[in-house]
Amino acid sequence: MAFWISQSLNALALGGLLFMLASGFSLIFGLMRVANLAHGALFMLGAYLGLAVVKAGFGFWVAAASAAVAVGLFGGVLERTLLRRLAGRTLPQVLLTLGLAFIIADACLMLWGGDPMRLPPPPELSGAVRIGDAVFPRYRLFVIGASAAVALGLWLLVERTRAGAMIRAAVDDVGMARAIGVSASTLFTAVFCLGTALAGLGGVIGGPILSVYPTLDQDMLPLALLVVILGGAGSLIGAFVGAYAIGFIYTFGQVLVPDLAYVILFLPMIAVLSVAPQGLFGRRLG
Amino acid sequence: MPEALILSDLHVYHGEICAVRGLDITCAEGAVTALLGRNGAGKSTTLSAIAGLLEPRQGHIRLFGTALEGRKPESICKLGIGLVPQGRRIFPSLTVEEHLAIAYRPPRHAAERVFDIASVETLFPRLKERRRQLAGSMSGGEQQMLAIARALVTNPRVLLLDEPAEGLAPQIVAEVAQAIAALKADGLSILLVEHNLPLALRLADTCVVLSSGEVAWRGAPNILADDPALMAQHLGVH
Repeated sequence: MAFWISQSLNALALGGLLFMLASGFSLIFGLMRVANLAHGALFMLGAYLGLAVVKAGFGFWVAAASAAVAVGLFGGVLERTLLRRLAGRTLPQVLLTLGLAFIIADACLMLWGGDPMRLPPPPELSGAVRIGDAVFPRYRLFVIGASAAVALGLWLLVERTRAGAMIRAAVDDVGMARAIGVSASTLFTAVFCLGTALAGLGGVIGGPILSVYPTLDQDMLPLALLVVILGGAGSLIGAFVGAYAIGFIYTFGQVLVPDLAYVILFLPMIAVLSVAPQGLFGRRLG
Repeated sequence: MPEALILSDLHVYHGEICAVRGLDITCAEGAVTALLGRNGAGKSTTLSAIAGLLEPRQGHIRLFGTALEGRKPESICKLGIGLVPQGRRIFPSLTVEEHLAIAYRPPRHAAERVFDIASVETLFPRLKERRRQLAGSMSGGEQQMLAIARALVTNPRVLLLDEPAEGLAPQIVAEVAQAIAALKADGLSILLVEHNLPLALRLADTCVVLSSGEVAWRGAPNILADDPALMAQHLGVH
């Protein structure tokens, strides 16, 4: 029983991190039709930046906030200066984001070296708590709660505000949204900033669990892609369900049948795609 | 009457295919100008070009003297073009209320009538009943009413209506036609594309018939209505 409880909590924590990564990826893809392959690298950049801020003595919370802001601003600059020039050209955009992923990853390697580093959790969240028979790190409980709070906040933003309605309108039909006065340019930059800021935040929040190392981006990006393919691009609910589903499948796959972890990860995706090619909550994107 | 919208020497392409070649059309302020013609004559292409969804390759579009060509759709909307597109293109994942909230923009010009959420709900009472409903789950007629209301709350100086009666039940067509007539009576300038000829002729002050992207005929609706040979030549189904 303790095993199931603690692994379920692990799965929830991983799912929450995946949601922070994949929700931004999914929003960006749904709105701009850009598969931002630099999203994993920006997650990793957030983790390294957070680590640097912690090492400079500013503490974990300052690190999380500043990494989110810095990565979000960086994302906004990338959108304005590079991606925008390739608007509507899918293949060049994908190649651009892939190139950016390589550059960011190499820059991290240059700046911070190749050794895995542990990002220490804030002191008030260190230690463990007892849940039934299971002993569980307090920090992981925080990750579960924090990611749920991010999900709720994002849901409120997208579903309950006027700006969110504009995002949904542009995901449905960007041309028509513009024809009623929605500024695509502002919206694209804002969503790109938001999505990349969430990736940066996810990197710091995930740091104490995943640790920070040079190929972190390559480990995370495929999982984010799986989440979006499973849940459906452009759908927040899809990213939510997909992230926790992958969190559980990956966690239990690793511990129960480690030899088949990837098979277990990809099989449900094939099953879902054969029944619902748009993903579980995806809409047909024009 | 002063001119609200002037298209001069307008050429629009779909890729390499020239869909509109050298249109000269003037829409008078406060009038309904009907754009008629067979499928593929270039009517919807013309409206898309005015709204900025297609970029004209040549020619000019002027709204009360301001050049629109080459501008972004959102700027054109803010300058006073309201588009009710073919196929309605409502946003399936937004409620009726959200459509109107994101489209609403107070008029910047001195307008006789200001459209806000309350006034379009008076024009289309069904929308008031459906306020919280997702637009994707509404009937075609309700979606059409929403598409018109959504364009109206941008407070346009010229309303572009692309086949507002398409695919609707007769009683809904009557309801939509009544609303368009009310807008006309209020003095809104309208450029109307419509395949339902009796409806178009009833609403129009002037008609422009397109054929293969060029103006084939223009004149008063009653002249067109009284000339079956003319109608058959330009509008008949082959």
